Amino acid sequence: MLNNQGRPTTPAAANSNTHRTFTGNKALMVEEPLSFETGRYDLTGVDLPAPKKVKSRLGKMKRKSEIGIPALSEPETMRHFVRLSQKNFGIDTGLFSLGSCTMKHNPRLNERMARLPGFADIHPLQPVSTVKGALELIDMLAHWLKTLTGMGAVAMSPKAGAHGELCGMMAIKAAIAARGEGETRKIVLVPESAHGTNPATAALIGFIVKPVPADVDGTVHMDEVKKLMGPDVAAIMLTNPNTCGIFEKDIIAIAKVVHEAGAYFYCDGANYNAIAGKVRPGDLGVDAMHINLHKTFSTPHGGGGPGSGPVVLSERLAPYAPVPFVRLTAKGLELVEDAAKAGKGMKPFGRMTAFHGQMGMFVRALAYMLSHGADGIRQASEDAVLNANYIRASLADVMSLPFGNQPCMHEALFDDAWLKDTGITTLDYAKAMIDEGYHPMTMYFPLVVHGAMLVEPTESESKASLDLFIATLRDLAISAKKGETERFTGAPYHAPRRRLDETRAARSPILKWSPPAPIAEAAE
Amino acid sequence: MRYLPHSTEDREAILARIGVAKIDDLFANVPAKALLKKPVDLPHHAGELEVERTLGALAAKNVPASSAPFFVGAGAYKHHVPATVDHLIQRSEFLTSYTPYQPEIAQGTTQYLFEFQTQVANLTGMDVANASMYDGSTGAGEAVLMAHRITRRKNAVLSGGLHPHYAEVVRGLSAMAGDSVTTMPVDVAGNEDLIARIDETTSCVVVQNPDVFGNLRDLRPIAKACEKAGALLIAVFTEAVSLGLVESPGAMGADIVVGEGQSIGVGLNFGGPYVGLFACKQKYVRQMPGRLSGETVDAEGRRGFVLTLSTREQHIRRDKATSNICTNSGLCCLAFTIHMTLLGQKGLKQLAEINHANAVTLADMLDGVKGVKVLNETFFNEFTVKLPGDAAAICEKMAKKGVLAGVPVSRLIPGDKKVANLLIVANTEVNTDADREMFVKNLKAVL
Repeated sequence: MLNNQGRPTTPAAANSNTHRTFTGNKALMVEEPLSFETGRYDLTGVDLPAPKKVKSRLGKMKRKSEIGIPALSEPETMRHFVRLSQKNFGIDTGLFSLGSCTMKHNPRLNERMARLPGFADIHPLQPVSTVKGALELIDMLAHWLKTLTGMGAVAMSPKAGAHGELCGMMAIKAAIAARGEGETRKIVLVPESAHGTNPATAALIGFIVKPVPADVDGTVHMDEVKKLMGPDVAAIMLTNPNTCGIFEKDIIAIAKVVHEAGAYFYCDGANYNAIAGKVRPGDLGVDAMHINLHKTFSTPHGGGGPGSGPVVLSERLAPYAPVPFVRLTAKGLELVEDAAKAGKGMKPFGRMTAFHGQMGMFVRALAYMLSHGADGIRQASEDAVLNANYIRASLADVMSLPFGNQPCMHEALFDDAWLKDTGITTLDYAKAMIDEGYHPMTMYFPLVVHGAMLVEPTESESKASLDLFIATLRDLAISAKKGETERFTGAPYHAPRRRLDETRAARSPILKWSPPAPIAEAAE
Repeated sequence: MRYLPHSTEDREAILARIGVAKIDDLFANVPAKALLKKPVDLPHHAGELEVERTLGALAAKNVPASSAPFFVGAGAYKHHVPATVDHLIQRSEFLTSYTPYQPEIAQGTTQYLFEFQTQVANLTGMDVANASMYDGSTGAGEAVLMAHRITRRKNAVLSGGLHPHYAEVVRGLSAMAGDSVTTMPVDVAGNEDLIARIDETTSCVVVQNPDVFGNLRDLRPIAKACEKAGALLIAVFTEAVSLGLVESPGAMGADIVVGEGQSIGVGLNFGGPYVGLFACKQKYVRQMPGRLSGETVDAEGRRGFVLTLSTREQHIRRDKATSNICTNSGLCCLAFTIHMTLLGQKGLKQLAEINHANAVTLADMLDGVKGVKVLNETFFNEFTVKLPGDAAAICEKMAKKGVLAGVPVSRLIPGDKKVANLLIVANTEVNTDADREMFVKNLKAVL
């Protein structure tokens, strides 16, 4: 989401402060080289017994090439990674306002449960008789997801949100092919405000992506959908609440139009956390929706993964759900891994991944759900919406809202109209937030709003925390309008790094460490 | 509810500030008939202790790998993970951070990803590696699509020694994308003639090494044949530890390498989360799926790392992106990187030697059991045995005796009578002599 705006990238222009240290360290912020620069190739940080002497069965395949990976001893390893961790901002550090990404509290009970040997230390292919509890857990989580969403079935194996989208769209493609319309229904409608994964997913499996006109607030008109619908349309992909943080008020009518035209309604569930326990997507006419367990149900984002993206499916798509899946029979729970044995009426389209999905995330998500309960999940959604509106209402007079001061759902969207003529951009404003100890909002997304700033506080923030956040953003906004430009254009000043040169990184990419050239060679 | 900080008074104060009377006024866009009046029909909130009881009871119904002599592999392997790894990945700043979109406050993540990429590239002998895929199987699916883009051809050839679940993932994705895939017949002996199947329409050949039956495959002749035909060689591995002892796919001429990194640092987790390793030649980097961390400098000239070449990715290129992948396996990359940093090449090699020696020892023991035959000529830490009866039934009997013996091939290739008696047996560093004796003793007892 970052772009380069020609901000200073030389030391002089950047006006760096003068309190230099010998090491470059700044007290608790310690510079840390790469393990490749400090490690040793002839040592190891683990103690292993000597291997037994046996006759090799490697044939001619013994490795002759260098591996080229140095080791650090255990204390050095610990220090290396602890120091690296201290250069990262996490939810536990402070308010993480990244809209659409749902950075809510990650309960440590979830971690403890996921680490029970009965979950963490079982193999996906060990005899089914020895993993009955795992099947029960998957079935229980599936029951919660189906009940919350009001949908008939759920495919559990997708490994992340985009993988869930892929699964849902593959089910749709299979269903269309089964109707004999595989060659004629090729178009998938996607509004421009959608996450990039939506068009990418549709295109990946051979659909033709066509934009749907939308209002300024990203909401889609039934009349526009009607105009585009025809025998060549396979599906519409809508995010609800949409990426502008607005609930699609015509959603039921749109679903009806889509269904009457013989197409399917894929719902991007990235924003399901706004409505969990309040609205069941099944009641809206959704055919497929992935659920990001790492957003709505608090499994940790871990610096970019792993996620988990189960897809709930309507009765019409349920027969096409991929293997493997868990099924309840008269004899109890059964693991179906063979598509040929999927049962009467079932036509699995195939397999998304080698094994059963993100079990580690299943355990965490279920721990979260059991902790909240039906009442708590509902309350969490309400609090998320409440907090986003608090921010919207409290900043409306100093920042600008692209479509008026109307209620939002779980995230508040601002544009950059209020920064006009200040010489300060959305990116600058975000970087100044870093200096204030906050993780910035999502910038320049959704694409339909100029200089977008998408703020999602989540339900995890207390009123005191929100009050300070609001006060900070107000102070920044007033400062920007007063012309205190440097506070923004040079920011961040206090982070482990100043602004990084992304153009340089992309122009001549250095994607791995290489040993420095010998001095003689370097001099040539 | 312990995770929600607001009191009733807080909520009322906030509603007042917003200027609405009640929470549902904020849900006004929701069609009235779809707005639930009360919580859905599921249990209400519970304390930590209650949740621990419920989930603990489910966990107790499973048999953990560490509680029994354990020889199950075929795509996921039980290895010892140092305590340091699990401690470090639970550091809040790693665990609760996001994709490093704000690199000035995410240098921890971008630097370890850079180290991860270097480790994976060097381990596989390739020029460049990405910052991970979901797992090995989905990586294989993406690699085949990538080969189609590079060669502008649409026919992939899959080895009969490729993990059948990987083959299913590849076939499913390619079929949906409108590409064709030829799967070679099941090749237990590891001696199929792949070269004969390469022609001018072939986009890529996908070969696993060690293959799913444990055989070591010489990729060099296939790489040569691919190069001659203008096709790409995609090398797959499911056991990353093997690379400590087995020649790297890069050194044998692979164009793209995909593998499962679960063996290093991640653990079994009933199949996920895992970490897909993905590497290729430099010239193909712009067709690569997934994130990349690259080196740069900050405004004061100090080295730093940022996500780069993102014009390949969905958030920029949308329907023209190289893949739809967004979230990857971040924290599992970290676990891999920490474990690999502890091992270093010396430790990895030694670990691989222990694995190999243990497997050779067990193979020799099993070869001595009447009616049992080890089929492999070569292997690393896993091999296939022919049993005198149905392997799945024998496995089940062994499990009742407390030994988890391996993966019956029929579990991976259902309905093929020719493989019904075959069992894939893995033997890593976790198995002791006593475990192996238990295996042999109980196998004799159930045969």
